[in-house]
Amino acid sequence: MYRIVRKKPLNATVTQMEIEAPLVAKKAKPGQFIILRVDEDGERIPLTVAGTNPEEGTVKIIFQIVGGTTEKLNHKQEGEYLQDFAGPLGVATHTDGIKKVCIVGGGVGCAIAMPVAQEFHRLGAAVTSIIGFRSKDIVILEDEFKACSDRLFVMTDDGSYARQGNVTVPLKEMLEAGETFDMIITIGPLIMMKFVTLAAKPFNIPVTVSMNPIMIDGTGMCGGCRLTLNQDGKRVTKFACVDGPDFNGYEVDFDEAMSRNRMYMDFEKHAYEKACNLLAKGEN
Amino acid sequence: METLKALGVDVETNVIIGKTLTIDELFEMGYEAVFIGSGAGLPRFMNIPGEAYKGVYSANEFLTRSNLMKAYREDPDTPIMKGGKVAVVGGGNVAMDAARTALRLGAEKVYIIYRRSMEELPARAEEVEHAKEEGIEFHLLCNPTEILGYNNPDDPRDPKNGFVTGIRAVRMELGEPDESGRRRPVVIEGSEFEMDVDAVIMAIGTSPNPLIKSTTKGLEVTKWGGIIVNEDGLTSREGVYAGGDAVTGAATVISAMGAGKVAAKGIDEYLSSK
Repeated sequence: MYRIVRKKPLNATVTQMEIEAPLVAKKAKPGQFIILRVDEDGERIPLTVAGTNPEEGTVKIIFQIVGGTTEKLNHKQEGEYLQDFAGPLGVATHTDGIKKVCIVGGGVGCAIAMPVAQEFHRLGAAVTSIIGFRSKDIVILEDEFKACSDRLFVMTDDGSYARQGNVTVPLKEMLEAGETFDMIITIGPLIMMKFVTLAAKPFNIPVTVSMNPIMIDGTGMCGGCRLTLNQDGKRVTKFACVDGPDFNGYEVDFDEAMSRNRMYMDFEKHAYEKACNLLAKGEN
Repeated sequence: METLKALGVDVETNVIIGKTLTIDELFEMGYEAVFIGSGAGLPRFMNIPGEAYKGVYSANEFLTRSNLMKAYREDPDTPIMKGGKVAVVGGGNVAMDAARTALRLGAEKVYIIYRRSMEELPARAEEVEHAKEEGIEFHLLCNPTEILGYNNPDDPRDPKNGFVTGIRAVRMELGEPDESGRRRPVVIEGSEFEMDVDAVIMAIGTSPNPLIKSTTKGLEVTKWGGIIVNEDGLTSREGVYAGGDAVTGAATVISAMGAGKVAAKGIDEYLSSK
């Protein structure tokens, strides 16, 4: 069992937890993920590591309440325990030879982008960060990004905070003004990562995207997280859990990935309502 | 598990060797011998068009969701596609297991699609008999060439988009024996046909998981990835033993238990001689 050491809401639907898991805390690198189960009958869900404290033996996770399992997870309080917490899984984000990087995060994806930005900052790379949100009330981690970025752009879709527009707006402006990067790393909704990749293409800048498919075991055993890469005219199947989660954005079939992520949409809606009902009953 | 615990065995869960800890770290922690029984690994797909459609599962995924994650329950936390028509591709014990599981989850029809004939079908005879008794239909000498899916060109938001609708397959006949000694299936020209299905389960084997091999220096494996052991179950690394599917590729529990006994004897002799 894995104790929740600290818990803090980042906005109305996004929560940060620090979980006691010393072995994972010692090993995890930015870009890697864990798989957790809230209780014995629970679903297994992957969450990217948002930070570690190896001395204390804790791992930080940040999650958005989107379905039954995340609703149940959010209901757990400090001092309570999670059933399972396994990791670190996946391949860490490659940092070798990257001196100038642009990190583009969207929504709760910023939670995953943050440790990557921090790692590049620690390694002495020049970090430009662009973080985007739907509106002011869901802006998260702005101070953390400020601390590890040489330049930071905050965007909101509706203009209710900072600058109005999506994350590709400042990216395109920079690229059109002749700015270059060794790598653009983008983490967030699939549709956003697709458009960041398209925006970078005319300028021939490498793009790394962090894929977030549905997973079960996270060790390559089930193949549920498979995605298709277009490599040299061939369609190649990869497993996000062991080959990723980072992939070359120019190769990823985003439309297929978006379709696969909607596989259990109806089920998830029902599971969310069920969890809400159950938890509400438990409180009475 | 309870028997093992009563014998004094400590069980550590959520430790993924190769990720959470490596084999070398286990030795650093004071363990003097290690047995690898990490089992069958990555599922194979056919590499035909349409395998990314929603409703195409590996047998590993389908059985994990149903059995381990309890998706068979009335209102489970882990989802699975239930009901409709299900095609299981493959003829091994795992294919029979997946087919019968699909049926019990409420499928109206379950088909086994196998490219050779009943005579070459690798599943145990009892498994085949039970499958037939339960009403599973065998489509032998058939091989899928494409998985068909729903795509509404007028509405990209149609919720049915991307779900499986059928299988395109060809009929086969048996030719000369191949290197396995079984008669090689050959496509019958112009025999293409389609079947309506709602889900497809690929049960065509697995390849060993590379997680331990890639993080353990000096651990030798065969060209298909199976860990190489000697007659005592010893690998190319001192004190490291292995057995079961990680060595042989997918096989039965019975042969894995035998390998465990051999390695236990080997480990006992190794530790006693130290």
